[in-house]
Amino acid sequence: MNIVVLVKQVPDTNSERRLTDSDHTLDRASADVVLDEINERAVEEALRLQEAHGGEVTVVTMGPDSATDALRKALSMGADKAVHLSDAALHGSDAVQTARALAKVIGTVEGVDLVLAGNEATDGRMGAVPAMVAEVLGLPALTHARKVEVDGSTVRVERETDEGVAFVEAALPALVSVGEKINEPRYPSFKGIMAAKKKPVTTLGLADAGIDAAEVGLANAATTVVEAAPKPPRSGGQKVEDAGDGGVRIAEFLAAQKLI
Amino acid sequence: MGATMDHRLSEEHEALRKTVEEFAREEVAPVIGDFYERDEFPYEIVRQMGRMGLFGLPFPEEFGGMGGDYFALCLALEELARVDSSVAITLEAGVSLGAMPIYRFGTDEQRARWLPALCAGEKLAAFGLTEPGSGSDAGGMRTTARLDDDEWVINGTKAFITNSGTDITALVTVACVTGRTENGRPEYSSIIVPAGTPGFTVSKKYSKVGWNASDTRELSFADCRVPAENLLGERGRGYAQFLQTLDEGRVAIAALSVGLAQGCVDESLRYAKEREAFGHRIGEYQAIQFKIADMEARAHTARLAYYHAAAKMLRGEPFKKEAAIAKLVASNAAMDNARDATQVFGGYGFMNEYPVGRFYRDAKILEIGEGTSEVQRMLIARQLGL
Ligand SMILES: Cc1cc2nc3c(=O)[nH]c(=O)nc-3n(C[C@@H](O)[C@H](O)[C@H](O)COP(=O)(O)OP(=O)(O)OC[C@H]3O[C@@H](n4cnc5c(N)ncnc54)[C@H](O)[C@@H]3O)c2cc1C
Ligand SMILES: Cc1cc2nc3c(=O)[nH]c(=O)nc-3n(C[C@H](O)[C@H](O)[C@H](O)COP(=O)(O)OP(=O)(O)OC[C@H]3O[C@@H](n4cnc5c(N)ncnc54)[C@H](O)[C@@H]3O)c2cc1C
Repeated sequence: MNIVVLVKQVPDTNSERRLTDSDHTLDRASADVVLDEINERAVEEALRLQEAHGGEVTVVTMGPDSATDALRKALSMGADKAVHLSDAALHGSDAVQTARALAKVIGTVEGVDLVLAGNEATDGRMGAVPAMVAEVLGLPALTHARKVEVDGSTVRVERETDEGVAFVEAALPALVSVGEKINEPRYPSFKGIMAAKKKPVTTLGLADAGIDAAEVGLANAATTVVEAAPKPPRSGGQKVEDAGDGGVRIAEFLAAQKLI
Repeated sequence: MGATMDHRLSEEHEALRKTVEEFAREEVAPVIGDFYERDEFPYEIVRQMGRMGLFGLPFPEEFGGMGGDYFALCLALEELARVDSSVAITLEAGVSLGAMPIYRFGTDEQRARWLPALCAGEKLAAFGLTEPGSGSDAGGMRTTARLDDDEWVINGTKAFITNSGTDITALVTVACVTGRTENGRPEYSSIIVPAGTPGFTVSKKYSKVGWNASDTRELSFADCRVPAENLLGERGRGYAQFLQTLDEGRVAIAALSVGLAQGCVDESLRYAKEREAFGHRIGEYQAIQFKIADMEARAHTARLAYYHAAAKMLRGEPFKKEAAIAKLVASNAAMDNARDATQVFGGYGFMNEYPVGRFYRDAKILEIGEGTSEVQRMLIARQLGL
């Protein structure tokens, strides 16, 4: 079974993240960038499926040249090969453009049975790209997976959202996006790190992937970030004076925050 | 490591360093304090380290190793010790004192029998040299082994042996006097004693000042019998083997010391930016800034010293003096930084719940284990021809 995992390099959530003043896109230069943790989980799931069913795992990213580091990390975990779509014209692409471009790249990988993705990137947080990619490719989309099983040509997923858990299945080929709870990703071993150096990474420009430059990039995006402001600092919080009903009011507060 | 004067890490070494840094921060830091407090060995963390291949770093793949080198091990030790020294010493002793002598001096059978599980971190090996009556003066050891009917019969006591009493300890390599040489001097040899061999008793854990989540025991041997083929390397070559093992080990302990010294900088920096006194962040006071600057300078210079010793070792050049210098300055840096970091933290520095409290307790042993600072000075002086 051949699996493509869509992975994205994002600013480390431990470092300060901000948007550039000039075009309100992410300021990648100011932050440490890492392979998104949700994508580590997607890669882990792909490797587990591969251990059970064989086949090849290909990681795909669209991002600046530095995003190769994220691909290397996935390769050192155990993925077999990587494809990197990198072109200055892609800067500022919105979710729809990103999805179209990724669909084209997936098209360059042969015999894909399953596409895995994270359900939401920690920087853009659109939570939209996987379903859009599935739409463009005409694949069934199974999102928010907390468990994935493949049985012959069927993929079964436990889909968990705030509303509850649904058990869904689809025929392969299909796309699955995974949630936080799916697994604990492995740390790469030194052997994996050494092996990753020798694994193939194909770099594609727009033309190589058959993408029209007029369809991508900030200038051609369907949506534009017009204004951005940093989050205001945290306010002092809310004081509950106990007038005999303190416990109840705290419970109500926690329930309203969906914490209990 | 690259060309002379180039201290940049190779891509793979840097990727390994980053991976271990992340592992230490995410998996070790949040839980290790509790193990330390309870004097408990962190089996699950050691298992994870094993799965990452840390115990196999310097060994070839045919024995289950990672095909890396000794410097890779040093980088891993430094990053672990930045967060916690107990797990770092468990790795150091497991690889450098436990598995390495078997890899280096063992027969094909011994390597095939022991190395795969040791490289995977599923089992641990220990090295028993020190005795209650002899440490620096290792030649003063009293433990004996005599051949009787194709078996070694071992009698004696070993003190302070790391990794010797865990649930996953597979063996202890025991340094013994196995006879007299022609000129009447003691003949030293190393013998592999598997855990659980009758006559081999592991006493309960010591109550230690530091390294509380690591395993250190006294061992006794009373007519303990093992097959003759458990001899490690040549009979009578024991002393040369210990010296080689310890030379390498010093570079590893230096790396571990640099980790502790750097951990002190990390913690102090963070705290100096947060903590306020007299209306200012304490980091705004020059007294604190200078302390932290000195700490960084010590960690940095000690790191260069161990990188240099490791580079010479990997190039196959003599590195005895450089290893002794690295161990001397790095353990000194760890001790000084632990003292200063505790000062930066004030009263909180004296509390076990903060990492600097652990750093303070863990630092002192670095000037003692695998050769005291006095022994390092003796080695340096001897290399200078004195
Ligand atoms: C702060 C900010 C605000 C933005 N606002 C908007 C906006 O309002 N409207 C808009 O259309 N766009 C916006 N974008 C840009 C948008 O283009 C996204 O960055 C990009 O489209 C991907 O969306 P996402 O990362 O949120 O994807 P998500 O849909 O959250 O990502 C889910 C998964 O899709 C896969 N994936 C996503 N991107 C890639 C990639 N580049 N390469 C490989 N796999 C990938 C990964 O598996 C990922 O885990 C914004 C970006 C930022 C950083
Ligand atoms: C936690 C821990 C773990 C350990 N793990 C191991 C292990 O796994 N395996 C193992 O074999 N050992 C182990 N050791 C033992 C350690 O290596 C010894 O404690 C160390 O070598 C010092 O020996 P000693 O304790 O006998 O001190 P001594 O040798 O008695 O030294 C006492 C003092 O005298 C000084 N001194 C000695 N000789 C001279 C001299 N000629 N000139 C000047 N000063 C001198 C020393 O520097 C020291 O200050 C461990 C020790 C500890 C505490």
